[in-house]
Amino acid sequence: MSAHGRLVRRLVLGSVLMFGFGFALVPLYDVFCEVTGLNGKITNTGPVAISAMDTSRQIKVRLIAVHNEGMPWDFGPMDGVIRAHPGEMKQTAFMATNPTGRRMVAQAIPSVAPAEAAQYLHKVNCFCFEQQALMAGESVEMPLLFVIDKKLPEHIRSLTLSYTLFDISPEVSSVVSAEKEQRL
Amino acid sequence: MSTLDTTLHADAHEHHGPAKGMGRWLFTTNHKDIGSMYLWFSLLMFFVGGCMALMIRAELFQPGLQLIEPGFFNQMTTMHGLIMVFGAVMPAFVGLANWMVPMMIGAPDMALPRMNNWSFWILPFAFAMLISTLFMEGGAPNFGWTFYAPLSTTYAPPSVTYFIFAIHMMGISSIMGAINIIATILNMRAPGMTMMKLPLFCWTWLITALLLIAVMPVLAGVVTMMLMDIHFGTSFFDAGGGGDPVLFQHVFWFFGHPEVYIMILPAFGIISQIIPTFARKRLFGYASMVYATASIAVLSFLVWAHHMFTVGIPLAGELFFMYATMLIAVPTGVKVFNWVATMFRGSMTFETPMLFALAFVVLFTIGGFSGLMLAIAPVDFQYHDTYFVVAHFHYVLVPGAIFSIMAGVYYWLPKWTGHMLDERMGKLHFWLSFIGVNITFFPMHFIGLAGMPRRIPDYALQFADFNMVASIGAFLFGLSQLIFLWNVIACVRGGRKAEARAWEGAEGLEWEIPSPAPYHTFATPPQLPESLR
Repeated sequence: MSAHGRLVRRLVLGSVLMFGFGFALVPLYDVFCEVTGLNGKITNTGPVAISAMDTSRQIKVRLIAVHNEGMPWDFGPMDGVIRAHPGEMKQTAFMATNPTGRRMVAQAIPSVAPAEAAQYLHKVNCFCFEQQALMAGESVEMPLLFVIDKKLPEHIRSLTLSYTLFDISPEVSSVVSAEKEQRL
Repeated sequence: MSTLDTTLHADAHEHHGPAKGMGRWLFTTNHKDIGSMYLWFSLLMFFVGGCMALMIRAELFQPGLQLIEPGFFNQMTTMHGLIMVFGAVMPAFVGLANWMVPMMIGAPDMALPRMNNWSFWILPFAFAMLISTLFMEGGAPNFGWTFYAPLSTTYAPPSVTYFIFAIHMMGISSIMGAINIIATILNMRAPGMTMMKLPLFCWTWLITALLLIAVMPVLAGVVTMMLMDIHFGTSFFDAGGGGDPVLFQHVFWFFGHPEVYIMILPAFGIISQIIPTFARKRLFGYASMVYATASIAVLSFLVWAHHMFTVGIPLAGELFFMYATMLIAVPTGVKVFNWVATMFRGSMTFETPMLFALAFVVLFTIGGFSGLMLAIAPVDFQYHDTYFVVAHFHYVLVPGAIFSIMAGVYYWLPKWTGHMLDERMGKLHFWLSFIGVNITFFPMHFIGLAGMPRRIPDYALQFADFNMVASIGAFLFGLSQLIFLWNVIACVRGGRKAEARAWEGAEGLEWEIPSPAPYHTFATPPQLPESLR
């Protein structure tokens, strides 16, 4: 029976490891996207050293705002299209208004198309780095500061930066109420 | 089940036979009892899932909405898929393995008999829970058997939690079954039976079991992530919280693609047992069959994204997954070639098991070819989520997996019951099934190419004729399965007495013992017969 015991132990260990591997796929997927720049996720963020811009070409950056299902906010870009030289710092903003009668919290999730361009879009500052809370009827101008890397491949002449706005008030309020309960 | 009581008499030489009453079935550790229970359970699930399929086809008989609500239609497509995959096909293969693997390798029983009992008895509870969701508020799961997030998380009915727990239980049952089969095959072979003398059914099951151990835990992982997203505030698949719904599809299909081979490799094994018997020739290319099975299993881990060509994979990825998928046609082609070469210049006879095996070879190959068409990434954008996909996977699963199971049941029934099958009824079942299956699924190729989307209860008028034909075929196929039920029960009850070697050309250890197989076999390891030495 010890032959069975050894084999079964190995097989059980194997299935436990594969269960873990299923969860390991989550960070692996993010790392893979980061390394390859696939999936249109932007990973270059924060301050950047500005050097001379490349005036020989101009990139058309289209800005798009998308509402996730059931998101009632008015949300849109101040400029629909921005023309930027690679290496040039550009500032724009998105406008958001909460037309409802209650306080809401939103999170914007960015995406870049074509995905190949994502790794060359450097965001110095973005409203998507944090959650946006708006009181009933309140409006806000949400800034966006970005630089396109000079290493952007020649064949990319335009790119689209899209933001999808998610309503995360239920999640946030449940955390808040849980915190309140703890304090009580 | 009580009908089997009368058939599994203990041999006079054995020290004890089966226990009396219900206790026999609840507490049994006998591989034959457990195999029978698996097979009866899977037959029950086959009829339950089949009724759901007929409800779908009845609604699609004519355009417009006439019989059922669209929401209920979605529940039917979801439950039909889940029940057929996890309740009918997989338990049937485990049942066949339970019955046949110990008898084929000369072992007295499975390696871990008590765990065997447990892995079966989890299943009725898992499926009772899954089916009970039909009666819950909000209805049963309605997000398709692939349960893509966020349909299955943010927008799911409350019963999704029961679904998740049922999947967990099925997974545990499958993993235990797989461990048992691996331990049996690796540790309990009769002296002299080397790995390369193993019957092909055992080889394919060994590889299937390894696949199960590799991917069922990943399925458990992905439903656990869903559970956490739904109830514990995580955001694995919720883009608003920093997760990614596409991640779900990657993890799911990392399980899902090997899963489709889990449902077909044992079928390859069964067919590789049956064709040599009725062609009265040794299997052509035994070693290449083993290597082909192993390479299909390895490749199955490298092709998952061909299910998601349209989610926005970069060109390099599309090309890699397209070519890797097409590569699978090579080992599969080797198998089909070997089956045909086995029959070449054999002295063939066409008893019911052989008819099902031949239909398998032809119709599975058609399903394989439509799979190759789907593998071509640029055209997949047109085929994706249409009835062409439905036609493809039903061709590989119904006349593929299901026909192989029926072939296997008809082939080994004389060994299990001690009676020969009524050939006339068997042939009637075969021809009605063969015609029914093709009338049902062949038109789906055309309406799929013309653009009819899957999982929708209504359709544009130009699809009406083919849908009506498919629905008529479905009812023909469904009703003719009652003949199968009749055949099995009749064969259990009586019939011409079967010899130990029930089929003239049959080779292997299972045919060396009397029919019906005594309750305990190979208490002492057997001498290998001439053909295996």
